[in-house]
Amino acid sequence: MSVKQGLLALLAEEPMYGARLRSEFEARTGGTWPLNIGQVYTTLARLERDGLVEPVGGPDVEGRISYRLTELGRTAADAWWRTPVDRDSTPRDELVIKLALAVTSPGVDVAAVVQTQRTATLTHLRDLTRLKASAPDEPNGHDLAWQLVLESLLFNGEAEVRWLDHVESTLARHVGMPLSPVPAPADLPDVAQPRISSRKGARA
Amino acid sequence: MSTSQHQTGTETRTTGPILVLTDVTRVHGSGQTEVVALAGASLSVNEGELVAVMGPSGSGKSTLLNLAGGLDKATSGAVEVSGIRLDSLDAKGLAALRRRSVGFVFQDLNLIPSLTAAENIGLPLELDGVSVRRARSQALDALGRLDLRELADRYPDQMSGGQQQRVAIARALVGERRLVLADEPTGALDSHTGEGVLRVLRQRCDAGAAGLLVTHEARHAAWADRVIFLRDGRIVDSTGGPDSADSLLAEAR
Repeated sequence: MSVKQGLLALLAEEPMYGARLRSEFEARTGGTWPLNIGQVYTTLARLERDGLVEPVGGPDVEGRISYRLTELGRTAADAWWRTPVDRDSTPRDELVIKLALAVTSPGVDVAAVVQTQRTATLTHLRDLTRLKASAPDEPNGHDLAWQLVLESLLFNGEAEVRWLDHVESTLARHVGMPLSPVPAPADLPDVAQPRISSRKGARA
Repeated sequence: MSTSQHQTGTETRTTGPILVLTDVTRVHGSGQTEVVALAGASLSVNEGELVAVMGPSGSGKSTLLNLAGGLDKATSGAVEVSGIRLDSLDAKGLAALRRRSVGFVFQDLNLIPSLTAAENIGLPLELDGVSVRRARSQALDALGRLDLRELADRYPDQMSGGQQQRVAIARALVGERRLVLADEPTGALDSHTGEGVLRVLRQRCDAGAAGLLVTHEARHAAWADRVIFLRDGRIVDSTGGPDSADSLLAEAR
């Protein structure tokens, strides 16, 4: 998620100065993605350079400069709501990489890796649920936003546990499958041998 | 709702355990056809605590719950409810303990269709010799604690699935009952309704009950203070809580 789009969305409501943008952003997302003020100012500078925002007059008595959207900026803000989030550029997931490496590395107890993660993820889910349980029953706008953020984190955690269950049952079905590393280039002629081909088959 | 949560943080957990399983094994059949449903499980659930049990099908979750509630007998090991060893009781004593100390909530078919909510809740008390009037007043108390007073005179088919499950929880904890054993209590409910049921269970545990919850859903297990993982009849891991994961792992080995 780019800070740029978030700031444009906030400025579409009314002009704001940097510190207010930062506090609005954090309040609306429940503090899940803290911004540092430097990030806000560099982003504003870049948005101004690209003609998406412009200062509203000069600094106020406290030296703060408010920014508002330009026409171009408004178009960009509107476009963001209409466009799906690009999933191809989703950051790499360390857990996926870890397990992919675990099943192909000799001497790694994959089941233990899975269980350790599941325990940790469930503990995390429990903490999120406690936060949710302490939220007010009749939320105002900001509470609602925070609840939705919490729910998103819960759904992600839940999906992770389901995936771990799946990994485990997949491994169980392939019990006895050699979990040796993929052959080094020098071993490539071995590829045609049964052991390797059954591995490939099992994966498909 | 929020007040019960505030209690969680400050609540003292010095009170004794309500449910204690010590090295409990359950074997079905013998010889060639022998199936070990539970293999040396140890676990305790204190007052004010909700413990979730997760694990693949066939891992022993339901066996654990049935043994805890005296619906099944351990092959070896001890099950204690409120300080009483279940294997020290005869059939009659066991039935009485189940009526007085343990409440069950299943996936469905919890309530008797021909009885109102209040009558359903009062039934275990009446079976135990409590007068109809007193049973009703305790049933109304139990409903009141769950903000369900208005359901008292409705029959199960006049209630939503979520309401029925919450009434089942009220019944599970009516009178002196302190232990609720729940087996997938949110089974057929949509996620919002299911969450309402879990909230009620959580709230009752915060108010001092002990709960053991079997579920396959991580988001439901997340309402518990700790989660126990079963695999092939063994407790293989647990999230933090009164029993640390390390001690449980040591026991499982």
